[in-house]
Amino acid sequence: MSKRRILALVLCVALIPAVALTACSGDKSDASSKIVIGIPQDLEDSLDPHEATAAGTREVLFNVYEGLLKPDPTGDIVPAVASDYSVSVDGFTYSFILRDGVKFHDGTNVEAEDVKYSIEKCAGLTGGQVLIAGLSNIESVEIADKNLIDITLKEPDMDFPAYIANTNAAIIPRSNSKPATNPIGTGPYMYVSRSPQDNIVLKKFDGYWGTPANIEDVTLKIIPNADSIVMNLNGGAVDMFARLTVTQTQQLNDNFEVLEGEMNLVQALYLNNAVKPFDNVDVRRALSYAVDVDNILELTSEKKGFPVGSSMFPAFSKYYIDLSDSYPTDIEKAKELLASAGYPDGFSFSITVPSNYQPHVEAAQVISEQLKKIGVNANIKLVEWNTWLSDVYTARNYEATVIGVDASSLTATAMLDRFVSDAENNFTNYSDPAYDELFAKLYITPGDEERVEIYKELQKNLAENAANVYIQDMAEFVALSDKYEGYTFYPLYVQDFAKLKLKGQ
Amino acid sequence: MKNLMFRIRKNPEMYIGAAIIVVMLAIIICGVIFSPYDPDAMDASAKFADPSPAHPMGCDNFGRDLYARLSIGGATTLFIAVATVFIGVIFGIIIGALTGYYGGVVDEILMRFNDAVLAFPSILLALVFISLFGSGTFKVIISLGILFIPSFARIVRSEFMRCSKLDYVRSARLMGAGDLRIMFVHILPNIIPVLLSSTVIGFNNAVLAEASMSFLGIGVQPPSSSLGRMLSEAQAFLFSEPSYAIITGVTIALIVLGFSLLGDGLKKNA
Repeated sequence: MSKRRILALVLCVALIPAVALTACSGDKSDASSKIVIGIPQDLEDSLDPHEATAAGTREVLFNVYEGLLKPDPTGDIVPAVASDYSVSVDGFTYSFILRDGVKFHDGTNVEAEDVKYSIEKCAGLTGGQVLIAGLSNIESVEIADKNLIDITLKEPDMDFPAYIANTNAAIIPRSNSKPATNPIGTGPYMYVSRSPQDNIVLKKFDGYWGTPANIEDVTLKIIPNADSIVMNLNGGAVDMFARLTVTQTQQLNDNFEVLEGEMNLVQALYLNNAVKPFDNVDVRRALSYAVDVDNILELTSEKKGFPVGSSMFPAFSKYYIDLSDSYPTDIEKAKELLASAGYPDGFSFSITVPSNYQPHVEAAQVISEQLKKIGVNANIKLVEWNTWLSDVYTARNYEATVIGVDASSLTATAMLDRFVSDAENNFTNYSDPAYDELFAKLYITPGDEERVEIYKELQKNLAENAANVYIQDMAEFVALSDKYEGYTFYPLYVQDFAKLKLKGQ
Repeated sequence: MKNLMFRIRKNPEMYIGAAIIVVMLAIIICGVIFSPYDPDAMDASAKFADPSPAHPMGCDNFGRDLYARLSIGGATTLFIAVATVFIGVIFGIIIGALTGYYGGVVDEILMRFNDAVLAFPSILLALVFISLFGSGTFKVIISLGILFIPSFARIVRSEFMRCSKLDYVRSARLMGAGDLRIMFVHILPNIIPVLLSSTVIGFNNAVLAEASMSFLGIGVQPPSSSLGRMLSEAQAFLFSEPSYAIITGVTIALIVLGFSLLGDGLKKNA
């Protein structure tokens, strides 16, 4: 008996340091706070902000890079690398005053030359191509003083500050020869490393000029398989995941808080307007009549989501007009239109969908089923995200796709410029001279009210010609572990990691 | 009757396997023929409906009848498996017979090529095929079919090598029978028992291969269903609607188990 007691005592004593050690390590992890955030795809396109095209890449780079200006959560444009700016009376020249003491992640100060270099590179003034469509309007970038930059435009453009606030127009050091693999910016987080197809590691930048980030280490874990997201969350491998479906949120355990917002994108069945039969407006209208948006919402998102009828989402309230009733579901009318277009027996086409975006895969399945009613046979082709980017978005080698298109900058123009015939990002190959003419007017119309009118006309044009089968601005569900708080929704497709913090921090 | 009991006791695997397969086939065929539902028809009011007389297995996330989808999906999976094994067996017999019977340089070359194909994990090769030629039911059949050729070719070749030295082949040759006649009229019928059991096992592998390819999203494309595709879709609802995944998973497991037992039993008989 006594032997056992001694043994018990020895064991107890042995346990004390163990307990103390665990407590120690617990303290340590509190001091260096960290969070693991799941993202659906790797940042394959480029880590160079000027080259990045995918929304999923930009939303991450938002934390690493900043432009002269940047968007805030309410949709306003606020100063960032520049502390202030003014516009000349004629609207041709914008003068930016550089903020004092803004540092790049490598420790060097941001100089006027870096700004000139970055803006000129984006605008294609240094010989390369125009990297950001909105900046092609720049005539010249001049260093007026040590901390004063004058940007002169070819035509006055009210949207110019919004283009400058775009993450794509970030200021990068001119000394960095490899921005695509070695990103150096001025944002609240700095890039540490990337393991392709696995993770990206960011670290809080201590020299940040503004409100510093709260969480020290951010690891972005790539989960390309939509089916395993819930398991990763429930299993504790990931603390946060944005843009979940309703079904996914219903399966989360109690350790998560589900936040609801809007994604600020336009999900649609995008049609390649250049290929048969979608070059025929009647065919496109027929599809629009045949697709029942309410049914899609009912089947895929428990009716959450905001039906839209053109390429604009409600968050741009000033410009948005509700066109969601342009094509009420009407099978008979759809059939008539198909017949008049020369397809009385329907036709077959394939919808190419990136398999990592579960909501789009689900919407495509519902659409495929709905189109059967008018004799149209839509096959679904699931592809990897990179294949989608190269085949559909870049090479435009597809018939139709379901995807969400967002605004790359805080302007209504960003939702509409891609439908201009010769726009570089016009992946739907939409081509209508009337649209091009209207769009060109935007640049020469100074009055705000008249401009808003033009934006509305542009949306009507897209709806009237059924450029694509517009579905919805999707409801956004963010799962955030209850250890954290501070998730902030933006009226843009971005994630702001800097506002996240541990509860009680 | 007594005779049957005796046979079952002597080789229970074969009969249990056969019984499982017959039952599964009956369920699938009944569903394909008699189910009143279009397997792709969606019904918002029946989302995740519980099993009921109207929907014997309930419904999936789009309100599609699970029994209708399971039977058409099972049929698709079985069709792919049959076609795959068919390609594998036919080409396997031709290659195996020629190389096993004649031997020589051609045998060496073909068999080394065979080894090379066998050396790769089959899913990896299937992935390569699919990324080269695109996905879809028929491409899955062709890519899996090609992958199945080497294993059959090997079995047939070793049997042909063994048999070509046996007395009955020698006598046939003395009788003046041509090579082709000896190969396909004399030897082939004699190796059928061995071939049959490996065909059944190959069939088993084909069901699993299709299921895993569709599960990975490179096989059958939605909205078409196959057992693997359904399992992959069910995975998203594993926690909220486990019955979807369980029903599909159990179906795959039973089909595989049935063919596996049957294959073992046939091997015992051979």
